[in-house]
Amino acid sequence: MKKHVTPIVAAALLAATPALAEGKLTVTTYGGSYTESQREAYYKPFESEMGIPVQEEVASEVWPTVKAQIDAGNVTWDVVTGETSTIILGCDTGLLEPIDWSLIDQTKLIPDAIQECGVGTIVQSSVMAYDADKITGDAPTTAADFFDLTKYPGKRAMRKSPATTLEFALIGDGVAKEDVYQVLSTPEGLDRAFAKLDSIKDQVIWWEASSQPMQLLSDGEVAMTTSWSGRVTTANRMDGKNFEIIWDGQNYDVDFFAVIRGAPHKDDAMKFIAFATDPKRQAKQMEYISYGPTHVDAGAMLPEGLAEQLPNYPDNLAKGIKNDSAFWADNLDTLQARFQAWLTQ
Amino acid sequence: MSDLTQTPNMTRAGPFRPALTLRLRGHGVAILLVAPLLVFLLLTWVLPVVLMLWRSVDNPEIAGMMPRTAAALAEWDGEGLPDEATMAAAIAEFRAADAERTTGLIGRRLNLVEPGWLGLIRKTGARADRLEPPFAESLPALDQKWADPRIWQEIKRLSSPVTPDYLLATLDRRVGAEGIERVEPVYRVHLDALVRTFLISASVCAACLILGFPLAFLMAAASPRLTMILMGVVLLPFWMSLLARTAAWVVLLQGQGVVNKALISLGLITEPLSLMFNRTGVLIAMTHVMLPYMILPLYAALRTIPIEMVRAGLSLGGTPITVFRRIYLPLAAPGIMAGLVLVGVMSLGYYITPALVGGPGDQMLAWFIAFNTSVALNWGLASALAVLLLVAVGLLYALYRALLRGR
Repeated sequence: MKKHVTPIVAAALLAATPALAEGKLTVTTYGGSYTESQREAYYKPFESEMGIPVQEEVASEVWPTVKAQIDAGNVTWDVVTGETSTIILGCDTGLLEPIDWSLIDQTKLIPDAIQECGVGTIVQSSVMAYDADKITGDAPTTAADFFDLTKYPGKRAMRKSPATTLEFALIGDGVAKEDVYQVLSTPEGLDRAFAKLDSIKDQVIWWEASSQPMQLLSDGEVAMTTSWSGRVTTANRMDGKNFEIIWDGQNYDVDFFAVIRGAPHKDDAMKFIAFATDPKRQAKQMEYISYGPTHVDAGAMLPEGLAEQLPNYPDNLAKGIKNDSAFWADNLDTLQARFQAWLTQ
Repeated sequence: MSDLTQTPNMTRAGPFRPALTLRLRGHGVAILLVAPLLVFLLLTWVLPVVLMLWRSVDNPEIAGMMPRTAAALAEWDGEGLPDEATMAAAIAEFRAADAERTTGLIGRRLNLVEPGWLGLIRKTGARADRLEPPFAESLPALDQKWADPRIWQEIKRLSSPVTPDYLLATLDRRVGAEGIERVEPVYRVHLDALVRTFLISASVCAACLILGFPLAFLMAAASPRLTMILMGVVLLPFWMSLLARTAAWVVLLQGQGVVNKALISLGLITEPLSLMFNRTGVLIAMTHVMLPYMILPLYAALRTIPIEMVRAGLSLGGTPITVFRRIYLPLAAPGIMAGLVLVGVMSLGYYITPALVGGPGDQMLAWFIAFNTSVALNWGLASALAVLLLVAVGLLYALYRALLRGR
């Protein structure tokens, strides 16, 4: 027996040695169809073209782990993703490295994609959606329709968070899109948003995982739901659903790639992020998940019929608002508390 | 322990001296044997609990990152605005924090007191270079919020390396101008969660006792063969993972689930009952999960009650109710108490089951701990909530001991 074991162990050790010596670049994202799209568009080409192996990690809550790794002085991840407000806060709380912008042509990115500690990779959006096979007759087209239980009876599903939910409520209540955050900054505006949510509260199922809303809509448990826009188009494409997005009141934000402070492969991480800004690769990612590109040239490279499904398609963009990251950075803690208190009342 | 205290007396007798060394050596071996366990407990239990207790009052931000400002504010009487030197110290430290990328840490701490101060600190740190004296004018010119003495008062208050804020927040209270006050009604959430946690826990205890007692009695009274079968029935779900059992309840209880479909096809109801995402679902699923923890201690206690005592009581003319109340129940009480404490204490810390089958109004304290740990990243509050839970469990255990002693 022993004779056979030794070569196997030796082979295993040999195989493991290069990985130990060079290490793999660890990229951690949210999982599901999102990570899949990144694997096809970025991880695989990066490995073959740059010769740097990528270790794929998945976590639904990235930041507690990042904080714990830095607190313990044992950082094992390199690249993470996050939305604007978390990237800014991560930068100012010493969790992230400043980006090496010398590797990237800033003029080719949309302005919202440029942060001190992050490079925008996609434009994502929180939208309202319904099943066009179930709602016949007049199709809902506005945020007000989402809150109209008489015209469109049935349960609703909404994200269990005040972020984007309060904005939807105000737009549904008739507040002009450009005034939403101004109104939300006043006590009366907050009361108004919660009052609007009160009007449908007993019909709402609250979701936490991003995969839940499409499941609830498929099962017919709800008539309409809020969701990340990419999930809706993916459900249509992959599962043959006939879900429609209500672009009115969409709340869009940029999702960033960032490098953890003290990352073991910081230089490779910067190379990876620069690599991911290539417009051809971004267009490739959009084939797998319908979020918008951040490179200005990527839009022209998209296949026919895809552009209209993206949040930053001009017609869609005009119907929505940009998530106000400064507002949420300042108010998330307080409004989370108020939202939880409201939920249990 | 008693051996150790007795041995000195024996040593004086002289002849026993060799025995003593032997004994001590024996203890040494025993200590060595349990040492891995002690170290394990120390590292995995005592240390985390101590760290958690510490984190619930730890307040390192201002004291650690703005020591000069803190020292200068200590001299300040809190009236009006602080003097130029204090402001200069603050600005120098904001600038240093901006270079170190820690303005977010200072700002986040202040933002827990007043929303908006996070953005204020970040902005001030980023533009500190451009501020010219007199700062009493240039700071409010940068942002009007610096003209309000309250932010300076709060920085002074938060300079202390320990804070009661997180513990107070678990009771929906905070330090206000007039001392400790309740937060506004729309923000009150934790005290309700504590009451809810105890209510759910007590309901589960009651349901487990009502359902478990007859079965435990049957197991104690039945033939060994039947007892074994019953024991298997009780233990089988006990061996399954908690998550699997909870998921099974989701399948059974949901709108289009097995229970509703069966009831509808039997013609008992026409519309599906709401059995999930509400308190009913939580109580059903939790009672099922907790039932073995009630039945096993009950069975252990009931088995030891000599049936002759009951017969004697009956033959002396007691009615069955009297005999049950005055003979059987007092003898069964230790088992009942043990079951109640076990189920009660375990229920208090429940998280997964209410999260999966409960609605937003059914979340227990553990959910809020998880939320503040992984979503809100407010580890001070998460620790303080854990302290609250620990104290609640401690009180429950103390009550149990007092009741046992009172008997």
